[in-house]
Amino acid sequence: MNTVKKYISGDVAFKGITLTFALGILVLFIAIIASLWHESLPSIHKFGFSFLSSSAWNPVKDDFGALISIVGTLLSALIAMLIAVPLSIGVALFLAELAPDWMKAPFGTAIELLAAIPSIVYGMWGLFVLAPLMAEYVQPALAEYLGFIPLFTGTIMGIGMLTAGLVLALMILPFIASVTRDVFLMVPNNLKEAAYGMGCTTWEVVRDVMLPYGKKGIAGAIFLGMGRALGETMAITFVIGNTHHLSASLFAPGTSIASTLANEFTEADSDIYLSSLVELGLVLFLITFIVLGLAQLWLKRGQPGGGQ
Amino acid sequence: MKKTMITIAASVMMMASSMASAATTITGAGATFPFPVYSKWAYNYHKESGVKLNYQAIGSGGGIKQIKAKTVDFGASDAPLKAAELDKFGLMQFPMIMGGVVPVVHIKGIKAGQLKLSATNIANIYLGNITKWNDPRIAANNTGLSLPNENITTVHRADGSGTTWIFTNYLTKVSGEWGAKLGNAKAVAWPNGVGGKGNQGVAAFVNKVEGSIGYVEYAYALQNHMASVLLQNHYGNFVAPTSANFQAAAAGADWKNAKGYYMVLTNQPGVNSWPITGASFILLYKTQAKPAQAKEVLKFYNWSYNNGADAAEKLDYVPMPKAVADMVRNTWKNVLKDRSGNPIWK
Repeated sequence: MNTVKKYISGDVAFKGITLTFALGILVLFIAIIASLWHESLPSIHKFGFSFLSSSAWNPVKDDFGALISIVGTLLSALIAMLIAVPLSIGVALFLAELAPDWMKAPFGTAIELLAAIPSIVYGMWGLFVLAPLMAEYVQPALAEYLGFIPLFTGTIMGIGMLTAGLVLALMILPFIASVTRDVFLMVPNNLKEAAYGMGCTTWEVVRDVMLPYGKKGIAGAIFLGMGRALGETMAITFVIGNTHHLSASLFAPGTSIASTLANEFTEADSDIYLSSLVELGLVLFLITFIVLGLAQLWLKRGQPGGGQ
Repeated sequence: MKKTMITIAASVMMMASSMASAATTITGAGATFPFPVYSKWAYNYHKESGVKLNYQAIGSGGGIKQIKAKTVDFGASDAPLKAAELDKFGLMQFPMIMGGVVPVVHIKGIKAGQLKLSATNIANIYLGNITKWNDPRIAANNTGLSLPNENITTVHRADGSGTTWIFTNYLTKVSGEWGAKLGNAKAVAWPNGVGGKGNQGVAAFVNKVEGSIGYVEYAYALQNHMASVLLQNHYGNFVAPTSANFQAAAAGADWKNAKGYYMVLTNQPGVNSWPITGASFILLYKTQAKPAQAKEVLKFYNWSYNNGADAAEKLDYVPMPKAVADMVRNTWKNVLKDRSGNPIWK
């Protein structure tokens, strides 16, 4: 009896401790939102909802708006996703299904190591290596063959929205690829073997068995990558061009919320300037919150377990 | 980048060593523009006196914030504070060093000292009124130079900066349109171009982007072997960015009548004056809670006025003339007091 009691009280204590940890996260979360909100009050009072739709950013006249930074954040993340998602799924399929055994371990480790490179290194590489290549080869080619689309017009500089999206794509690729590979490895062998036994080609097994089975896991991997892309700061700051202008062209420089904060926070000398920057931070917080929230909802719609 | 690393390493070492020893350490924060010369002075001064300087080059705006928050013994700023603002916070300022801001270009076939820009032209380029390098308005000043039919990309500072303050002060003086539309500040609503973080960031973008023009502190233009331009000065001459021409601009400055040492050295008269010259300032509280510490700061800068000229000139800065240093010492005597009203500098 005594021993049982001891075990139970131990359980209670353990539960209490872990509950405190969990509550701590919640409190921290609320505290961050509250302090962001409090610090942005001057800007919220001054600009109201027009802060979200205004493209002004004038430190001299103390007139600020978030539109350009929001567009830059979403657009660079979108470009990154468009490039990284198909690439990562391809890489993951190769590693999980097609690669000979001796290749799997070194390639898999190499992909995971990519994720360990600090983002500032990606930024420097983007500026010093990728940007000249973009200016020399990629952008002139795009301008020549696709120049009738406004997206691919304008001064060729090497840096800008497209380059930023490309660097982001490389940064999130290892996250999406390695999680997706693990998802594919979890597809039960008997399912695959049954499909092969029915005479399916490798492509048919991938399309009709592995992708449907792993779709929830893959979606999770994609959202993980997207969360990273939205908040990435240093790499973007190097190559996006850091300028508050909207442009139809992907060659043009722009700015994202994170890079605006990184550039301007230390030198924001008027109260409303500082407050507007904090409100930008709040907006970024809300964007990631909404994106990840929607992702959760969408994932919950499916059945629990492996998918299908 | 290398410079940043060295800077970071140097400041980390300075912080580490200041923690390690109980010797006197004075702390300051602010402008990046004079950081190379302040650290050189600090190194030499430490060898002589044993007093250490912990200077955080976080930018002029940051320096002003830190001194207002009283976290440092002195602040440093490239943009002088107006007398009214000094009075409001009980601060005093004095000029410590002068230097030049230099427009640099990256155009195929153009080397340093080849391209001539009139004051109106550089304003029009940054306003977006001139968008091609072969614009007839630029060509008019550059007979014999073949300029490509290339788009101009302007590069500016993405962060707030004293260098930008000096540059836009110049543009405001030479262009009515600039003054009306954009004005003079540490950050403005740039109508075009790309933004780099810090002098290094601007230098990197100009080096990477063909057809670009940027503005950097002179030492960065030298170190990165950048193509500086000849600018037309107030007198009408096209002058090169050299120490002698910075000195020419500084020579005419009437410090005596500058209230609170509020002095801007852009667009100065003089045959050889470099038009974008600026001074960097030190900020101190007039009433000092820690008079002993304040005295160490004054001793350091007094030593720098007396012995720092060589080091400054080697780094292509312009030291303050002796007459100005004497004026500043006089101001210290009259203005800086401890809490019971005794002068700190005698």
